[in-house]
Amino acid sequence: MKESSDFEFDDLQGLLRFGYGKLTDTSFLLLNIVNADLAKKWLETAPISSALTQDPPPETALQIAFSVEGLRALGLEESVVEGFSDEFIVGMAGDESRSRRLGDVGSNAPQQWKWGGHAAQVPHVLLLLYATKGGLDAWQKTIEGEHFSNAFELLQELPTLYIGDIEPFGFPDSISQPTVDWMQRQSTDTHERDRYSNLLAPGEIVLGYRNEYGQYTARPLIDPRKDKFATVLPGAEDDLPLKDFGRNGTYLVLRQLSQDVPGFWQFLDQVADHIPEKREQLAAAMVGRELDGTPLVPAHIPGISRKEYENDFTYDQDPKGNYCPLGAHVRRSNPRTGDLPTSACGPVDRLIKILGFGQRPDEDLIASSRFHRLLRRGRTYGPALAPKDAIERHAPVAERGIQFICLVGNISRQFEFVQNAWTMNSKFDGVQDEKDPMLGNREPLMSGESTDHFNSPDPAGPMRTTCHLPQFVTTLGGGYFFMPGLRALKYISALPANRTGSPS
Amino acid sequence: MTPQSSFMIVAAVRDGQLKDLHALLASMNNLPGHADPNNKLIPFGKFDRLHFARFVIIEARTAQEIRAFGVTPRPWQPTLAFLGDIDGDMQTFFLELIERAEPGLKKVFSHCEGFSGENQDLLGWMKANNINASATYVNWIGRTVRQIHEEAALHRSLSTYLQKTADDVGRENVRALRQKLLSYVEMEKYKGRLTLTPPEPTPPEWKMRNLLHMIGIPLILLLLSPLLLVIALIFALRLRMLERSDPELFIRPSREHLAELTVQEDRDVSNQYSVFGDVKPGVVRLLTFKFVLLVTDYFARHIYNHGFLARIKTIHFARWVFMDNNHRVFFASNYDGSHESYMDDFINKVGWGLNLTFTNGVGYPTTRWIIKEGANREHAFKYTQRRHQIPTEVWYKAYPGLTAVDLARNSRIRQGVEIRQSNDAEIREWLSLI
Repeated sequence: MKESSDFEFDDLQGLLRFGYGKLTDTSFLLLNIVNADLAKKWLETAPISSALTQDPPPETALQIAFSVEGLRALGLEESVVEGFSDEFIVGMAGDESRSRRLGDVGSNAPQQWKWGGHAAQVPHVLLLLYATKGGLDAWQKTIEGEHFSNAFELLQELPTLYIGDIEPFGFPDSISQPTVDWMQRQSTDTHERDRYSNLLAPGEIVLGYRNEYGQYTARPLIDPRKDKFATVLPGAEDDLPLKDFGRNGTYLVLRQLSQDVPGFWQFLDQVADHIPEKREQLAAAMVGRELDGTPLVPAHIPGISRKEYENDFTYDQDPKGNYCPLGAHVRRSNPRTGDLPTSACGPVDRLIKILGFGQRPDEDLIASSRFHRLLRRGRTYGPALAPKDAIERHAPVAERGIQFICLVGNISRQFEFVQNAWTMNSKFDGVQDEKDPMLGNREPLMSGESTDHFNSPDPAGPMRTTCHLPQFVTTLGGGYFFMPGLRALKYISALPANRTGSPS
Repeated sequence: MTPQSSFMIVAAVRDGQLKDLHALLASMNNLPGHADPNNKLIPFGKFDRLHFARFVIIEARTAQEIRAFGVTPRPWQPTLAFLGDIDGDMQTFFLELIERAEPGLKKVFSHCEGFSGENQDLLGWMKANNINASATYVNWIGRTVRQIHEEAALHRSLSTYLQKTADDVGRENVRALRQKLLSYVEMEKYKGRLTLTPPEPTPPEWKMRNLLHMIGIPLILLLLSPLLLVIALIFALRLRMLERSDPELFIRPSREHLAELTVQEDRDVSNQYSVFGDVKPGVVRLLTFKFVLLVTDYFARHIYNHGFLARIKTIHFARWVFMDNNHRVFFASNYDGSHESYMDDFINKVGWGLNLTFTNGVGYPTTRWIIKEGANREHAFKYTQRRHQIPTEVWYKAYPGLTAVDLARNSRIRQGVEIRQSNDAEIREWLSLI
């Protein structure tokens, strides 16, 4: 068993451990490498923040991630690149089949993105700057140093703006987060843990460690006998003579999601006959939380208010969605399911459950959540607009939304699965042809059946249906990046010059 | 009740005809891999007994893997397979097929060996080339295509009507609501806009055979049990030895191969899956494989025949077929949701069952005591199943937009129309389905 202090936090980029919530000013830069040598020189001394705790807490932070083209531009050998997952190599928008799977069709289609929508547009580098209020400009000057402007070309600075701990629609954001089990104290064996737990094996988020299957996710491993530069890298736990380029690194998924805040609240206001309580009730049903973050679950622990459950609850007591609709946004994004539909009492009961007997027809339709968790690190952009102002006819128009970021060890099993099987799935948990009321596109099914509605189950009997939902969230850009560990960054910056610009 | 059956017409593609055949089959599609239901060659949509159909060109893309066992790959000629899942018996369906699509079928089969052209006796040839599966799974035995369409129409109609009337009558007033809905259905039936055909009587011959199968198989196993127990022990030890010594093949599928497969996926709410590979060498592996499939088939027929296969509720039809004189095996299924979620189900819900079966296939990740590990080796498993998957040239589903869960719900809604609920709670439950 490892102690927390034993974990190689000094080799992790800080974002894996911290949200940097106190550093409210951010600048997300999309860069292309124009001079690989200078870029590596800059990288050598760049003050990339590690995951070690600091006292007092830092006032600035810098994080870096690369797209596959970025790694190639820096001269990473193709044999190493091939160790990454196909999703990363092909890219978020690099394959129409992937776009279809992610719901990036219609108005979400990559052809219409502001960035990252086709191969030539995929940025090489994502640089994330964080600072306390007012400190960003000085921090940017500090990190840029002498080589920066000749090494990189700024493609775009993604907008970000701190509007409090809420997302643009007005709901508290990022309450549901997995707690990474850095010490690997919790068993991943389903016999020892068939219920939902918020503790997550480090390998689900960080490469080079055991994941929830007790396995090591595939990643680039390098033979140090063939590549002397690899000696700076950590060893591969599961394949010892080899060096692990992926260890302490993670995949970073970035998506710029535009949110139509006036559109959302005005639609609800109209459906709710302009009654504020009704409006907020429907909004809460769609989100799956009230405006103050209270989850929509029955109060089941005496003496504890529902608000206090925060991230500590499941939907076990609400299988039909009478409290929190099955299709609600947060229920789709993290259904909080365990490995078995309900807890098994004893081996016989366990066997019955495994064989699928004794179930209602609408039971056990969702995958076990622990294999599909995301560590979210997004930031909002655009000016705040309170719901009461958003319903006004002349609500101030502005670009608002979220720079959605999540960190995962396996893009297809985690981010893409959540997006496809849960968020965009018109049949999630047996719902009737509806997608995520907040995030979903409103494309009809192949059969022509519409999906632009939202059902709230009602214990009285008939469901309450809201029809003709407009699309509230539109994808404006996105990409898959790799956020290396600090020793892997050293390896990159030491790559010999003659390798640069190796053909892709 | 009308029982379902399946067919699989198989014939080797003649040398030099492969490219033409690909093009001809593609001409039946309106989306990559998806049949136009009204296509000119075989208008699948006109057959009201046909649930699913597909054309696959079975190629041994992974034939070389068996070399890891020190065995030389057997030759394999690209083979056309035409698969269908139907209501009622094969013979009458073939006649229907020929009646409506004789020229199209002849055009397709003329690319195959042993098909002599215009004067060929089509029915005889199709029957001669039909091979039986070792195991088949039907999500709901007895549920016909006609029933599925009628019940879907009933649900759609009731859903629209309920939305209009719920608030007028009062949502709490469930008895009055039910009465309204029931009268509405009667009216719609009278006007000819809804039909709810009562089930056909079960063919007595099928009933008899099914009963014999249900009793016969356990009876034979019981009689042989003393012998089987001894054999089982030997087999268990032998299999454990093989598990320890069999080579583990950790080969990543190429991106080109993956792209060829994924371009056909996630267009409808359901997808198709065809895999083909070698049976591991040796009689122990083959006999184990055969026995496991015998048991699978038994369970599918008599126990898992109403909406779920162990914990999986997303498979409509599936089949396991031995080919090439038991040296190779083909698996085909029609499932709901994305490939990734299908694999998630495979690993997390029925990994044990998958291990039991495919541990006998070349390239399957190493198992322990034939039910442990295996699929749980996530990467190795996902690589191997994709590597062995082959594209489906043409795929037809009679009810796009509907999942198996939808079909079960629609049947429950219909049941509620035909059988009165006894108390308010049951009425509420019924109303909540609509």
